[in-house]
Amino acid sequence: MADVTLRKVIKRYDEVEAVRGIDLDIADHEFVVLVGPSGCGKSTTLRMIAGLEDISDGDIMIGGDVVNDVPPKDRDIAMVFQNYALYPHMTVAENMSFGLRLKRYPKAEIKSRVDEAARMLDIVELVDRKPKQLSGGQRQRVAMGRAIVRNPKVFLFDEPLSNLDAKLRVQMRIEIKKVHQKVRTTTVYVTHDQVEAMTLADRVVVMNHGRIEQIGTPNELYHKPATKFVASFIGSPAMNFIPCRLEDLAGKLHVRLTDRTTFPLPPARAARYQGVPRSDKLLLGLRPEHITEARPHLAPGVEAFDAVLDVTEPMGMETLIYFTLEGSQVCGRVNPNAGAQDGAPLRLAVDLNNMHLLNEVTGVVL
Amino acid sequence: MASTVVIDKGAPTRKVKYGSMSRDRAWALRWSYFFLIVFAIFSLVPPLYMLITSLKSSAEISAATNPWWVFHPTLSNYIELLTSNQFLTFFWNSAWVSIVVVTITMLISVPAAFALSRMRFWGSATLATGVFLTYLIPDTLLFLPLFKMFAAFGDWTGIPLINRWYVLLIVYPTLTVPFCTWIMIGYFASIPKELDEAAIIDGASWFQTLTRIFIPVAMPGLIAATIFAFTVSWAQFLYPLVFTTSTDQLVLPVGIITTLIKGDVFNWGQIMTGALLGAAPPLIIYAFLMDYYIAGLTAGATKG
Amino acid sequence: MVDVTFQSSRVAGAGTRKRTSLRAAMKRKSTAAFLMTLPLILLIAILVLYPAFYSLHLATLNKSMQRFVGFGNFEFLFKRQTFWLVVQQSCIFAITAVAFKALIGFIVAHFVHNIPAKGQRKWRGMLLVPWVIPPAMSTLAWLWLFDPSYSAFNYTLSFFGIGPIPWTGDAAWARFSVILVNVWFGAPFFMIMYLASLKSVPEQLYEAAAIDGANWWQRIWYVTLPMMRNIIAITTLFSLIVTFANFDIVRILTAGGPLDHTHIFATWAFRLGIEGGDIPLGASVSLFMFPILAIAAIFILRDINKRGNEA
Repeated sequence: MADVTLRKVIKRYDEVEAVRGIDLDIADHEFVVLVGPSGCGKSTTLRMIAGLEDISDGDIMIGGDVVNDVPPKDRDIAMVFQNYALYPHMTVAENMSFGLRLKRYPKAEIKSRVDEAARMLDIVELVDRKPKQLSGGQRQRVAMGRAIVRNPKVFLFDEPLSNLDAKLRVQMRIEIKKVHQKVRTTTVYVTHDQVEAMTLADRVVVMNHGRIEQIGTPNELYHKPATKFVASFIGSPAMNFIPCRLEDLAGKLHVRLTDRTTFPLPPARAARYQGVPRSDKLLLGLRPEHITEARPHLAPGVEAFDAVLDVTEPMGMETLIYFTLEGSQVCGRVNPNAGAQDGAPLRLAVDLNNMHLLNEVTGVVL
Repeated sequence: MASTVVIDKGAPTRKVKYGSMSRDRAWALRWSYFFLIVFAIFSLVPPLYMLITSLKSSAEISAATNPWWVFHPTLSNYIELLTSNQFLTFFWNSAWVSIVVVTITMLISVPAAFALSRMRFWGSATLATGVFLTYLIPDTLLFLPLFKMFAAFGDWTGIPLINRWYVLLIVYPTLTVPFCTWIMIGYFASIPKELDEAAIIDGASWFQTLTRIFIPVAMPGLIAATIFAFTVSWAQFLYPLVFTTSTDQLVLPVGIITTLIKGDVFNWGQIMTGALLGAAPPLIIYAFLMDYYIAGLTAGATKG
Repeated sequence: MVDVTFQSSRVAGAGTRKRTSLRAAMKRKSTAAFLMTLPLILLIAILVLYPAFYSLHLATLNKSMQRFVGFGNFEFLFKRQTFWLVVQQSCIFAITAVAFKALIGFIVAHFVHNIPAKGQRKWRGMLLVPWVIPPAMSTLAWLWLFDPSYSAFNYTLSFFGIGPIPWTGDAAWARFSVILVNVWFGAPFFMIMYLASLKSVPEQLYEAAAIDGANWWQRIWYVTLPMMRNIIAITTLFSLIVTFANFDIVRILTAGGPLDHTHIFATWAFRLGIEGGDIPLGASVSLFMFPILAIAAIFILRDINKRGNEA
């Protein structure tokens, strides 16, 4: 068990910088997820921690030791790959014990470790099978088992669930979380799926274009995104962004979408945005769940407006509505009983207590 | 509603069409079988004729009875050849040469293919292409300069190469190694990159990755390459004809042709028996490992 | 080639920064990789490339290999009628044989592909037998089948009132015979290549073509052939090289006769160089196989580059 630290880590391929200076502290026992779109450098970062890629600049430390020059096998890490990378000619037990056998562990010890991992992952009856005879989910378990028996300082997961179908993915997600709760090994997990990131992580690292956009707990990222990228990447359906400006109307701070629509800001928000220049081009960020059907009595900070719905998507427990507000496509979530229908008008309410205001040019959340 | 109508309209025409198609199919099938039988006869006549002749006595052959039938089958040709020291020498020479060449070939081409497919180094791509082109340089272009080189080497070092069976151990790899390397590059390249990364993280060295992961996983390719190397060594005719002359140094194909054909006297019963025995090892391997044999044959073109 | 590889790997080593020992490990890795390919490189350099160039040198020497004669050997060859006969026969032999091998291979592959899948293995197994038997051995069987006095073919044909045919005794028939044996030996290779390639054509394409109203000929012309174009080209090229360089069949069946009419480059080079003891002259003859090789190499390199770009 160990902490992992990255200091100004850079990866260059010829002229291209794939990773442009990453600073990250991962505490012992922590489960950290690197998430971002493809090509954001998350996998490269993981592979540098593993030692499969050398680093162009900076330092990587595992358990306080700089491991820049240490080959993968001496870093005491284990890795789970997207395509499982099970050795096809070995049985499950042989797959799991390969690393230990190379290190010449005593037979009894190998056996007890394999048995324990197999029991933990519920694959005891599969240990004598070859990978070919296993289903996707079972292969995934074996790949994890191979990591667990090594009892490494750090677990590295490289998009381990993306080859599984949707249902199995949810199941394995819970499985991974359970395993981590049992073994408590420091884990770095790479995925492009924000739901996976949110559900698994103690802390999520959102990456884009080789840089870290934001580090935080899932709730922090959801409720206090630092940039437009994070705000739009985390959460599904994504946050709505509506062009707007700040304006003082009758002594109160308002947000003006266009000439026609203005909303007064609740006091807490008004105080926070007081210093923003009134001429700045801004974006009003609203999560779909903060745009709902209007109730007869509006709570403080909630403003009502009328909209004509373009499309509705009944999801069962809620209905997603899409409408055009001052030229922007906006998504909201309403009660299934609110009477939302394609092409029909509906009176909606927007909860400005949970609004975000972004600088349109820099993308920074104010 | 609309879709039901379409199906109703489409069904009758489709049925008629399907019927005519299946009738076409049946005829196509009959023609296929007819021609396949013709071609199979064409393919199998020479080996079958070898077998027929090998079972005849010299007297029956010179009596010019129906050549396609054996009236008095005898194994005398087989007994004579298999008890002849000379023939057994040819056979063992061939076996030795082929087995050693297969070993040398694998020892050279497997590590080279591993290096070329996985451990990219400067010039490795060029080298891989070069290996393939080398395969295209035929033996008939090289036998004269090689003959001169080996003769000169013998004069220079005092180690005779010409007219020694072991000279074949030196030249046969030039025929087997390029193609086997090429096949193995193809097989190794099809192993996912993550597999060696997993092995590296598991603590395997490059050598262990090769011996414990790559070779077992690419076993079918290895078998195909081995078969290829063996059959090429066994069948090679030009090099032993050029480089060896004494009867104790000959391998089977050359031995049969130079010793069983004595001047104008052709003992066809024995020649056919010898030819059949010479063809037996590749045929047996082929019979049991046909799929690997074909995999090796097609790998060169499709993998590249 | 060795020099180039070695130098560039050194340059690479010098060019990298000395920064980490992981880099040193990478460098060790590429050194190890180089060492693993070293036997291959040495083998090719010493026993293939060197002799190939050495034969260029040999071709410029006189018979006793004492004196440099420049193009003397070639001038001598060009003046001999036999040489032109060999050139002519080499071209006829290679082109005709390859054409028939390709055609028969294509047809047979189609027939095998046509029949139900479970029987295919058996037929494929039988049809590939000619390729499996060492050609030197199978040619002996053909020699016996063509025997002037005991020919089993002539025996059979005599019932139809044909013959006897001088299979190897008459120049035209001998030329036919060597081609026939070469086709017999080589067609299975084409068959197996085409069959593998036919199997890789998606069935839906044929169904789509059938729905579009294509008859079987149109299906072959518009679906099969375009899909197989690459494999046909490569296989034909291979076969052309191998057939041009053929030795075993002609040597055993006719030894170049009658009257040198079936000699091709390889057998004539053997006759002059080994049997006639004039190695330089033989080497000069075998050098005429180079042009076809060069053309093939260019095509293959182009193909490989194309693939590289697509990847």
